[in-house]
Amino acid sequence: MAALLEVSQLHAGYGALMVLHGISFAVEERGITALLGANGAGKTTTLRAVCGMLKVRGGVVLSGESIAGRSTEDIVRRGVAHVPDGRGTFLHLTTEENLRLGAYTRRDRAGVAEDLERCYTYFPRLKERRAQQAGTLSGGEQQMLAISRALMLRPRLLLLDEPSFGLAPMIVQEIFRIMQRIREEHDVGILLVEQNASLALEVADHAYLLETGTVVLGGRSEQVRQNEAVRKSYLGY
Amino acid sequence: MSGKAPEAMPAAARVRLLPVLGLLLALALLCALPFVLSSYRTFQFTMALVYAIVLLGLNILTGYNGQISLGHGAFYAVGAYVAAILMDRYGVPYWATIPASGLVCLVFGYLFGLPALRLQGHYLALATFALAVAMPQLLKYKGIEAWTGGVQGIVILKPDPPAGLPFTQDQWLYLLTLAIATLMFALAWNLVHSRVGRALMAIRDHPVAAEAMGVNSAWFKSAAFGISAFYTGIAGALGAIVIQFVAPDSFTAVLSINFLVGVVIGGLASISGAIWGALFIQFVPNFADHISKAAPWAIYGIFLIAFAYVMPAGVAGFLRLMWTRARARWVRSL
Amino acid sequence: MEAFLHQVLSGLATGGIYASLALALVMIYQSTHHINFAQGEMAMFSTYLAWTMIAAGVSWWLAFVVTVLASFVIGMLIERFLIRPVEHAPVLTVVIVFIGLLVILNSVAGWIYSYTIKSFPSPFPAEPVLGGLMSAHELGAIGVTLVVLVLLYVFFQFTPLGLAMRATAQNPVSSRLVGIRVGWMLALGWGLAAAIGAVAGMMIAPVVYLDPNMMSGVLLYAFAAALLGGIDSPGGAVIGGFIVGVLENVMGAFVIGTELKLTIALILIISVLLVRPSGLFGRVIVSRV
Repeated sequence: MAALLEVSQLHAGYGALMVLHGISFAVEERGITALLGANGAGKTTTLRAVCGMLKVRGGVVLSGESIAGRSTEDIVRRGVAHVPDGRGTFLHLTTEENLRLGAYTRRDRAGVAEDLERCYTYFPRLKERRAQQAGTLSGGEQQMLAISRALMLRPRLLLLDEPSFGLAPMIVQEIFRIMQRIREEHDVGILLVEQNASLALEVADHAYLLETGTVVLGGRSEQVRQNEAVRKSYLGY
Repeated sequence: MSGKAPEAMPAAARVRLLPVLGLLLALALLCALPFVLSSYRTFQFTMALVYAIVLLGLNILTGYNGQISLGHGAFYAVGAYVAAILMDRYGVPYWATIPASGLVCLVFGYLFGLPALRLQGHYLALATFALAVAMPQLLKYKGIEAWTGGVQGIVILKPDPPAGLPFTQDQWLYLLTLAIATLMFALAWNLVHSRVGRALMAIRDHPVAAEAMGVNSAWFKSAAFGISAFYTGIAGALGAIVIQFVAPDSFTAVLSINFLVGVVIGGLASISGAIWGALFIQFVPNFADHISKAAPWAIYGIFLIAFAYVMPAGVAGFLRLMWTRARARWVRSL
Repeated sequence: MEAFLHQVLSGLATGGIYASLALALVMIYQSTHHINFAQGEMAMFSTYLAWTMIAAGVSWWLAFVVTVLASFVIGMLIERFLIRPVEHAPVLTVVIVFIGLLVILNSVAGWIYSYTIKSFPSPFPAEPVLGGLMSAHELGAIGVTLVVLVLLYVFFQFTPLGLAMRATAQNPVSSRLVGIRVGWMLALGWGLAAAIGAVAGMMIAPVVYLDPNMMSGVLLYAFAAALLGGIDSPGGAVIGGFIVGVLENVMGAFVIGTELKLTIALILIISVLLVRPSGLFGRVIVSRV
């Protein structure tokens, strides 16, 4: 199966500070790939590099087309939706306005209306709060809103940055369950960045371990889960 | 390595000595100026020095303490009028009016700074701008016409140099202004590099953290207003003496805007910036007039935009950048 | 009583103009966090463009439409080529650019059109209305202002582009992530503000007469109105504009006379700010440290 996203020898950083030193990984079509690692390893930087928020050197190829060096707005139009860390909600707009913005680049109004209803099916709580200011939603609800907003694009590739951050375990379980459902019902590949390694390894097909800007381990998640070093440092047993 | 070290030492010592020597040289040149230039040019440079004192004061408030003032023309006017009234109505000798103006403005500035504590950013800019707009109208007010001379203002006699000194009036005024300016610069330099200066900058950069560390923000901010007005008042008095005339329409809101322009172009939070800024606001309008009689202010505006593009940190910031780069290159070549 | 009512209505007419300009200032502030101090001079320049067309025989409303469109385009160009390059410079440096623009526009207008005062025709009839309480122009100005404000409200609240512009003003990073071309949104904001300014200029010129300095007082009132309402509140700017207009008129006619009315008006506004430092409707920013 051809890879949806292929990243090869990616270098990226902030100004003079280089964070990624030539990393390579892939996301399969309709697959979930997890990027694991501690704070400061470069996981968020990787997502930012993929969607064009930073200057990059190296290869970033989406379904055979190179997107390295393109602007974020162009990359979004090629079907890449990014749920950033901190969720990036438009706090002063309503829930529904946030969702409609997710579909900003789309021209098919019927499709957009259909997708809006589908988001409300995944997350009924959002439907209840559709006219409320997004800033008044709880942390869990904002995360659901952020994921829904990304889905409104009908993306081919979904980038998720630490969806479990700051959320109660029950909400996290719910979100991860829905993530699997999304993968089944949509034609979308997911690149998931997570500090919660055990949770990520449960849902992902493939996993890569990032340490200070380099990939030290990569492969099918079952293999990664059984790796001795990973077990000791990231899984706690 | 040991072979290199002794060679490097004298060079580094030379670098530290350079600014002091440079300063003394500049001062010597400045003293010589009135003896080689025409009377009119000397007058222009005297005014540039006066503005430099204003900008020094404004920089302490806006550059080092982060409080925007679009109203320093008002303090300047108060200083000028205090000097003029003391000289014309009460026969006070000119040199005594300078510190008097300074003190009056110190109090006035501090009092203005108290309610200003409640305002930030654009709101403070509006409040100070209101002061600048109000000043000419207040000065024309019939009720105090007996002192202020109303719309016609007050004419002052040009002072003579002290007996025995071989200077013309213009040369004397220039040297007096230079002496006062040098003193004010030295005081400002000391202030900025002291505990007070650090407190002012801490309040500018992170007011909450500053308070948490025990800095009494309110006191320092009002004091900054007072000190800033003090400088401007002294400059106002000097300006009145040099121009020999004060009138309400010499102190419109445009003057305040010019002062802000001067302090930004010269370089915020920089002592030397006051000099560059003063030279800019004194000479560039004349220069623009030479380039185009039809629309001189358009040329001035182009200069403003050009400076903002090329030197966003002001002339002082730009020079600092060039100096740092040159020194880095020199160190690498050792 | 009738005189008072007359002043209030007159005040609402000028207030509408202050409200429009204040709204333009707030729009640019919300998206760029800069106050466009050259807004008044841009409006003045637009009004001169209209005057040129009218003097050449073009009908008033046609000149109006062409001027508004031309101002829109010029506003976008100014943002793209003059302001965008310095958008990351320190705040006060950008202020210098605005002052430069202001001075250039004023000077060029004076050069092209000279500083002699010109009269600018009103599109409304000369007879007073409402039983002599106000002139047709004043009523017309209020009407035009209200139409502009309603159109803007509908645009921002109910169109996708308006939503995108609101989003960009609040959160440019997230806006990029949904594919909004943020640069274009900024330019559009400036274009709209310039167009609003043109309308304001053409409404006030018949009253204050056309000369290169006609907008400086108006801009100051608009700036004060925007701050009174709260610099981040478009609704506040509009309300502030009407309050300032009425205040100015009433002060000038009954309290203090025309020379000091500006001073008194400003003092009153600042007194309000001392009590509510973020303006009447501004958001009090509570920030975590």
